[in-house]
Amino acid sequence: MKTVRIGSGAGYSGDRIEPAVELAERGDIAYLGFECLAERTIALAQAARLADPEAGYDPLLTARMEAVLAACVQRGIRIITNMGAANPRAAAGEIARVARRLKLPGLKIAAVTGDDVLADITTAPYPLMERPGETTAALNGSIVSANAYLGVAPIVEALAAGANIVVTGRVADPALFMAPLVHEFGWRMDDWATLGQATVIGHLLECAGQITGGYFADPGYKDVADLARLGFPLAEVRADGSAVLTKVAGSGGTVSLRSCKEQLLYELHDPARYYQPDVVADFSAVTLAADGADRVAVAGGRGTPRTGQLKVSIGYRDSFVGEGQISYAGAGALARAKLALEIVRERLRLTGVRTSELRCDIIGVDSLHRGPAAAAPEPREVRIRVTGRTDSLAEAARIGNEVETLYTNGPAGGGGAWKSAREVLGVVSTLIAETKVRPAVSYQVS
Amino acid sequence: MRLRELAHARTGDKGDISSISVIAYDPGDFAFLAEHVTAERVAAHFGASVRGTVERYELPGLGALNFVMHAALGGGVTRSLALDAHGKSLSCMLLEMDVPDTQAPPRGP
Repeated sequence: MKTVRIGSGAGYSGDRIEPAVELAERGDIAYLGFECLAERTIALAQAARLADPEAGYDPLLTARMEAVLAACVQRGIRIITNMGAANPRAAAGEIARVARRLKLPGLKIAAVTGDDVLADITTAPYPLMERPGETTAALNGSIVSANAYLGVAPIVEALAAGANIVVTGRVADPALFMAPLVHEFGWRMDDWATLGQATVIGHLLECAGQITGGYFADPGYKDVADLARLGFPLAEVRADGSAVLTKVAGSGGTVSLRSCKEQLLYELHDPARYYQPDVVADFSAVTLAADGADRVAVAGGRGTPRTGQLKVSIGYRDSFVGEGQISYAGAGALARAKLALEIVRERLRLTGVRTSELRCDIIGVDSLHRGPAAAAPEPREVRIRVTGRTDSLAEAARIGNEVETLYTNGPAGGGGAWKSAREVLGVVSTLIAETKVRPAVSYQVS
Repeated sequence: MRLRELAHARTGDKGDISSISVIAYDPGDFAFLAEHVTAERVAAHFGASVRGTVERYELPGLGALNFVMHAALGGGVTRSLALDAHGKSLSCMLLEMDVPDTQAPPRGP
């Protein structure tokens, strides 16, 4: 039976580069996917594109392509990635330049566009999923980007047209891996069960190292060998959709039932209804079975018809955030940290710093978990962190300043002060009818 | 005993929603987890930091529970003032939950 081997070369924009090279050189794969586009990344990229029409794609695109392109071309491996971010055409142009520099002429590079629905979103009020009763009108004038999650269709089209590399903007993350499977096996786009199983495979691959032992190790409970050389995953997929998840032999990490269960449920809400552009996937009857060392067989994904609505991520200028931190150590450290927080709160009040939200943490005590406190010994060192939301960058900067001045005006022994102020792009979501979204594919040759 | 002796966990995030899977090391412990790790107990464990409801989904075939916590990430990953805006660390905090001692020795690793 025909088997397609497909690898996952990145789980987020800043991910390690060498594991993808290892997959290309030693993974015996036909496709290599890179998922690099977090919720907010595209809003930041859109801002970059506004400043420079040739910008707006992933900052590591050039480095990743320089690292993997020769190995992929030599072995006929086709690349699919959402590193196009807000500007897939410019990304395709950059990939062509990298290919020419590497003396790899004749590569066909496809750019998938059409996910940008900013014009639609800003001309009519769309209900916001996170804010019941509110619409996009509430964000008047502050919206910087609106991108619909595309499905597999334009990627399949590009592969059918012979593209060696497909670069997209916003598409559903699993679609980067589902598309080559649909292309190879000719699965029908109304074969809901198979598309559901394909979603499971894409979901397991899309976070790369998170299924091979990353975001997993817990010494004494879940030990993982050689995380510094973590291997990224690949799937061996058959025409019926059944698959085995594994990694390159000899690479670091582990592919186990436990690592696969954690990743299967990662970011899932109702397991029976995982909404995708092409299918509503049902993970509730998925089975995982050990199939030898670092091999896990996965089957049982199902699906029901897609809704006809695409999720849209909307980036908008939300607010400004200022932050300051300083540390205390030794006997009485916690008391001095509490005093420091009291001082900063009073200073912000006295000097009239206007915050719509203020958060005071003691790192080492309550910065990560605010639930009912468990009895714990007093820490030997702690770090305070004050962060607040403001209407301007200048106002935000005053928060960090009030932490920094604790050096000479606060409790004894305050060290290692740090401050920052930044603008915050927020992300909200809405739905758009798929008939309003028109994906397009264009091509460049190196 | 702590939940950590029986189960492992992973946090995911979407917007202001945090989801945490709790997975039995030994699938035979699923019924025990289902009885003792309820949505109400998880909500109480996280206290005021989860402002919305907590839903629980059961996956007996995997020996797993999936908790979906609404309004749990300080208004959403992109605008939260929290140090861990994604709530990545919440899974390990959940494993500190007390569950009744089982007679068998801990089954962790």
